Amino acid sequence: MQNNYVIFKIPSLSVNESFARAAVAAFCSILNPTISEINDIKTAVSEAVTNAVIHGYENNVGEIEISCKIKGQTIEVIVEDFGCGILDVEKAKEPLFTTKPELERSGMGFAVMESYMDDVVVLSEKDVGTKVIMRKKISEK
Amino acid sequence: MNLEFIESGQVLKIKLKGELDHHSADESKVLIDKKISEGKFNKMVIDFKGLDFIDSSGIGFVIGRYKVIRKHGGSIVIVNANKKVKKILDMSGIGKIIEIK
Repeated sequence: MQNNYVIFKIPSLSVNESFARAAVAAFCSILNPTISEINDIKTAVSEAVTNAVIHGYENNVGEIEISCKIKGQTIEVIVEDFGCGILDVEKAKEPLFTTKPELERSGMGFAVMESYMDDVVVLSEKDVGTKVIMRKKISEK
Repeated sequence: MNLEFIESGQVLKIKLKGELDHHSADESKVLIDKKISEGKFNKMVIDFKGLDFIDSSGIGFVIGRYKVIRKHGGSIVIVNANKKVKKILDMSGIGKIIEIK
């Protein structure tokens, strides 16, 4: 299949979390994924977008850019915000670590992304933003 | 997300329908905590039968409600979790503090 992609931007409103994961799932359907694979992708995207809403922009509204690329049988999803950035990415990735326990954050976001996708890369710079790159190979039917 | 409360004595059953994410968790917790603050319930049954989606915000939501009902001396049980809901519940280790049926 020819390389295919979609790029879209949303304001960092929590109401858009549902749209973002559904849009990525719809795009992936070209690869004919199983229900379980689709659920994994939706969940991982939801985690990354939620992080951008809550942590990237805190109480402000900024833009989140989501791009999806299909390369062969692999889907690559990039969720990028232009917010405050993560001071210590390795610490942020630790299961159960959260900077916002008062908001009932479980601290599992990155652990879920890493468990549900094949590959997760987090690039972040203070006051510049955070970019989460996730890949998953969809099984051939 | 759609919430349905079923009251039976000291038991409050909450049927969740739709998607449990950060957005819907924030809306739902206000309604549930208001019910619990009435002080007449000592058990919360969270029914996930109609749930189509959950992410880690849903785990934070369940732990949050566990803390609230525990203040009233109560407990929580989760029922009817489907395969994809179980996957994230198992990953979180939440089963160590909350009964999952």
